[in-house]
Amino acid sequence: MRPRHACDDVRRAQEFRAYVAGAGGRLLHTATLLTAEPRDANPRAQRLLTLALARTYACWDRLHGEDPYDHTRRYLMIRFALSTLRYGGRLPFRPPPGGPLAGLSPQERLILVMRLHEGIGEDQTAALLGLPTERVRAVQNRAMAVVLRPAPGPAPALGRAGTVPS
Amino acid sequence: MNRSNREERVRRLMVTGPPALPPDLAAEAVRRGARVLRRRTYARRVMWLLLCAATVAFTVWALTARPWVEPPSGTTPPLTGW
Repeated sequence: MRPRHACDDVRRAQEFRAYVAGAGGRLLHTATLLTAEPRDANPRAQRLLTLALARTYACWDRLHGEDPYDHTRRYLMIRFALSTLRYGGRLPFRPPPGGPLAGLSPQERLILVMRLHEGIGEDQTAALLGLPTERVRAVQNRAMAVVLRPAPGPAPALGRAGTVPS
Repeated sequence: MNRSNREERVRRLMVTGPPALPPDLAAEAVRRGARVLRRRTYARRVMWLLLCAATVAFTVWALTARPWVEPPSGTTPPLTGW
């Protein structure tokens, strides 16, 4: 029994390391966009990704042909959504915002990253987040408007926290 | 500016500057994942052990108590007037 298990462990770890070496960079980029951290100082994104990858490693033998990238990405998104829910959309500490999505709320970042960076369909995004499709579309439109605003000043970003989409 | 054009611009904005992957990230994930696997194995073992113990206990109890045998009646009226 014991040698067979050890052999399984070694094989699984080897496959997993190869997978992380291939897909880790892109996943970390996605996580860093979600947490809106600067690209050189992203401890929160790294922690998020580590937990999602650990989950994928634990389920590695039961994926049965499912794409591990899909698996990790789904848990990354779910974990980020839950962590923002827990703090009511605001983080208890204020990290220095960085990256292109710094002026957005967590939900706007999540939807923008899922739809545009990861290319997940509108219906699938809505199903994963438990929101109506129209709401996903509205949030995405608003987030794109904020990101593409020609002169992004600090004042509108601060005033938008409690606004209702019109 | 139409929608697909705007989407393309936002997409291009997000693609710039991917962060460098820290070298110990995979090792840390393997360590945590292996811990989860070990805990699952342990939990499964404990569950089987409990199940076996419960089966043995039930069998022993059934063989000693024999609940299917009709108990001797304790409410027979006394025979008097013979």
